[in-house]
Amino acid sequence: MSIGSFLLRRLGSGLLAILGVCVLTFGFLHLVPGDPIDHLAGGDVTAAQRKSLEQCMGLDKPLATQFVTFLGHIADGTLGHQCPDPQKKPTVAARIREVMPYTIELAIAAMLVAIVLAIPLGVVAAMKRGTWIDTAATAVSLTGIVIPIMLLAQVLLVWFFVDLGWLPGPTETGFASLLLPALALGTHLMAMLSRMTRSSMVDVLAEDFVRTARAKGVSERRVVFVHALRNALLPVITIAGLQFGSLLSGSIIVEKVFARPGLGLTLLDAISERDYPMVQGITFVIAVIYIAVNTLVDIAYGLADPRIRRG
Amino acid sequence: MRLRLSPSAWIGAAMIATFVVLGLLGPVLSPYDPSHTDLASRFLPASAAHWLGTDSSGIDTLSELLWGAREALVISFLVVAITSITGVMLGTIAGWFGGAVDEIIMRLVDILMAFPGILLNIAVVATVAHPGLGVIIFALCINGWVSYARVARSQVLALRERDYVSAAIALGASNRRVMFQHLIPNLLGPAFVQMSFGLGSVIIIEASLSFLGLGPQLDYTWGAMLAQGVSFSWKAGFSSYVFIPGVAIAWVLLGANLLGDGLRDRFDPRQRGRA
Repeated sequence: MSIGSFLLRRLGSGLLAILGVCVLTFGFLHLVPGDPIDHLAGGDVTAAQRKSLEQCMGLDKPLATQFVTFLGHIADGTLGHQCPDPQKKPTVAARIREVMPYTIELAIAAMLVAIVLAIPLGVVAAMKRGTWIDTAATAVSLTGIVIPIMLLAQVLLVWFFVDLGWLPGPTETGFASLLLPALALGTHLMAMLSRMTRSSMVDVLAEDFVRTARAKGVSERRVVFVHALRNALLPVITIAGLQFGSLLSGSIIVEKVFARPGLGLTLLDAISERDYPMVQGITFVIAVIYIAVNTLVDIAYGLADPRIRRG
Repeated sequence: MRLRLSPSAWIGAAMIATFVVLGLLGPVLSPYDPSHTDLASRFLPASAAHWLGTDSSGIDTLSELLWGAREALVISFLVVAITSITGVMLGTIAGWFGGAVDEIIMRLVDILMAFPGILLNIAVVATVAHPGLGVIIFALCINGWVSYARVARSQVLALRERDYVSAAIALGASNRRVMFQHLIPNLLGPAFVQMSFGLGSVIIIEASLSFLGLGPQLDYTWGAMLAQGVSFSWKAGFSSYVFIPGVAIAWVLLGANLLGDGLRDRFDPRQRGRA
């Protein structure tokens, strides 16, 4: 497949997914059988509140009209209005723009934490394969995979901020205040990536070109870090990129524990205030960022490794 | 079929078995009624009467944990059953028939996969103010089948070229017969692997939803216990309220992962020794 048609195909499927996300995000409210307002309000609202919620969300209009309005709000960049009392509040998009930087910086910091910790762990495990070091590295990554993020986040917060006072907690701002939440959010990804780095390194170290390099008398350090690592890292970095979206959705829990005013906390507030347009807006934005990042990662991988384009 | 599994896989299976037994017997074994509040015995430390102590309303923590195990077992069992059957069926149909049917199913898979992590589950639960067990199960199933379908489809694409499948077609077997007699039995190995990992992910997603206050209301869940524990963990020495439900969740997750890794080594020898 030529590079041009590969790009076109990948962009096309990205756009198709965004279209599907539009339909589904709109449809959530109607997916659960029954009356949406009854579900949202839980039956404990007055008739007047019910009426105003219905009007604010346009639920009194036919489904097709509602969908056109929904698409219109995406097209004009407002993503709709917050309910209830839409006049008194900024548009959904304005609110999202306000809080999004907190989530993006957290997700990027978590990604860096994960990559920086995972690669040395995986490389060491692969080099010392079968020794206690390998077993210990496996134990670390298995712990990272099974520990619930809410437990990890709370434990980090209580130990390092409340008890020891070593690292800044939720009350502070600045770069250092990102450390604990980024560690909480990045640990799961770190565990996944270190396992992948290990298995990728083990495979690459068994390749002919590594044996050739060794036979030529290249030093073991150079073999590992120059010949093997460069080849082993491509799939690892690609997987890391594809997990960016999971970090965005994982930040919902971390932001709750650390009280960070990002997309996740805003989403939870919107749910408790029955501000459904806001829930839809945030869901839509996270899904679109996820699709965009994945499309870019796929394209970059395809350009870096021509074998991928054939598939 | 003889199962030759690694020791770590057997440990994982034993951990899952403990969870299943405690989940089934939990309400019988639990020493107290978890709805019984006793303000005179709040925040008791572990003792012979209360093995894991009591919480802020004097509820016995062990009893709450055991009732939570029941809840987690019911949800995970139903969700894994529904998603695996739906996923394997849809994946087999997509792979076998191909063409437009395949295209529709796989585009649906792509769209559902465009919502990372727990986002889709949250968005569905958020439409209901007081979600019950049914809504939670629905929210977990809505995208849970996707990974089963993808794997089943790719397996079918390989299997359909096999001679015994061609032979069955030549003998006039119906589509249904080919799918049920020849394709699905050969898909079960990889499906078991996924069911094991799927169990882990259902447990963690359900716990996350409950932790965020979006779980089944009025029930006892590990996630809600964890959320409650967080509210007292600021006090010195109170981190056990976070650890007890947290370790219960991690226990099931570890069991599911060890078993899943072992099953994958058994059913997919190419992966042996990797990861």
